[in-house]
Amino acid sequence: MRDFISQRAHAIPPSGIRRFFDIVQEMDNVISLGVGEPDYSTPWVACQAGIASIEQGQTAYTSNRGLPALREEIGRYLKRRFDVTYNPATEMMVTTGASEALDVAIRAVTDPGDEILIGDPSYVSYGPGVTLAGGTPVWVPCRAEDEFRMTPETLMERITPKSKALLINFPNNPTGGVMSRDDYRAIADIVVDHDLVVISDEIYTELTYDGDMASAASVPALRERTILINGFSKAYAMTGWRIAYICAPQELCDAALKIHQYVMLSAPTMSQYAAIGALRGGDIAREEMVTEYQMRRNMFVRGLNRIGLPCHMPKGAFYAFPSIQETGISDVEFAERLVTEQHVAVVPGSVFGPAGEGHLRCAYAVSRDDLRTAVERIGEFLESL
Amino acid sequence: MDAKDWLLLRILEEDGRMDVREIAALADLDEEEVASRITALEESGVIRAYCASINWEKAGEDTAAATVNLKVNPERDFGYDRIAERIARFPQVRSLRLISGVYDFELLVTGRNLQEITRFVSEEIATLDQIRETATILVMKTYKENGRILFERKEGERLPFSF
Repeated sequence: MRDFISQRAHAIPPSGIRRFFDIVQEMDNVISLGVGEPDYSTPWVACQAGIASIEQGQTAYTSNRGLPALREEIGRYLKRRFDVTYNPATEMMVTTGASEALDVAIRAVTDPGDEILIGDPSYVSYGPGVTLAGGTPVWVPCRAEDEFRMTPETLMERITPKSKALLINFPNNPTGGVMSRDDYRAIADIVVDHDLVVISDEIYTELTYDGDMASAASVPALRERTILINGFSKAYAMTGWRIAYICAPQELCDAALKIHQYVMLSAPTMSQYAAIGALRGGDIAREEMVTEYQMRRNMFVRGLNRIGLPCHMPKGAFYAFPSIQETGISDVEFAERLVTEQHVAVVPGSVFGPAGEGHLRCAYAVSRDDLRTAVERIGEFLESL
Repeated sequence: MDAKDWLLLRILEEDGRMDVREIAALADLDEEEVASRITALEESGVIRAYCASINWEKAGEDTAAATVNLKVNPERDFGYDRIAERIARFPQVRSLRLISGVYDFELLVTGRNLQEITRFVSEEIATLDQIRETATILVMKTYKENGRILFERKEGERLPFSF
């Protein structure tokens, strides 16, 4: 039999944490800092809206773009929280999670041979997403000494005549790095000069702890060439509902919508109603969660630095990204031995790209007690080295 | 009051006995600064008191509670204040609020049993000159109090790893 698997499917790597998954499954008393989702339940007001939609028989497809009422609410939300304006009728579409939004956005702009600049380290789907679309991922390092932001200098170094798009994610998974409006402004000239399109995954923006949260689209020069991705998974603890959205100038939005209508048709209807509920009444629950995460961050990062694991104070998301370079062992070995010997699961930074090497991604979206115990155990592990 | 003070209040409202070291870690402050900020918040009256949330039933006490709504004739020159001060003196009255709508006051009254509460209302409250009408609504079960859920809840499950 010949090899039925496509070259593109061959070209993408398998999951970088399968092995850890297997180890953890066999183990008791594990504290997992490997979970990339909130430990809160969806705000009840959103659940009620989802339940009501089912009770009322709203179980059919919606328009490809998503419910008009939801797009109106998203428009009001973006205006209120970021002071950016999008036309709900022509510049917006609702997607099945930010993962789908990323996929259709990448495919909408990528031709074979195009180089797609990706902030490194990055969420694990970016590279494979670009590869599947026939493009070439080009990593733009976002370094610890720059607080894991993207600087004009590093961006400039990676640009070639083949550069087509810039794919960024701030607040960042896995580093917690945040771009302010000024930081976006600083890279805008280069983006415009080299005529790049920006895909900005802003799924963690509500989880910004120090300073104002910012959107790439709030810089006018970027707004006209940016595909903005945001959603409900992180801000409203709605990961399982699979609901997010794209906002972009009409031409870009229409291209993404064409792909979406063939591969997804529409986002889950009950989730769209739940999302309306979240935007209309979920602010209090969201603020409570964000405050709690801010406190856990403070406590956890202080703990890591105390036991001798240097860690910058991440300004957003719910990840700490300590460096383990001084230990002399690789991040993969560190993570493997840590889970085996001390039953604390973390994700090696290298899983998120070359710039992640020598770091660990520790999600602090777990209880304060678990965080305290995790710090103690990591401390004991460090002493045993 | 700044963002750090606000954070301290949130922490103390949830757990008034948390030690300074732990508060300092959560708020990302020095221990000395936490202590001085809390003292300032106490002295300015922003923090009124520290108290425990107690399950008296578990402590073996018989307890009953009722919401008591009152219609009141306000007094010239004093409005509702003087009558409110008189009602508030009774230890059985756990809370007392001036409310909008049909009734004027809303009280939370506690006692060892229902009889004790109804006797208190009919003999001590209803007989006051300014009271025109009372309505006693018995508490049958408390599910949530002061922001705390009092019943068992099942936690949602998450995968041990996700990106």
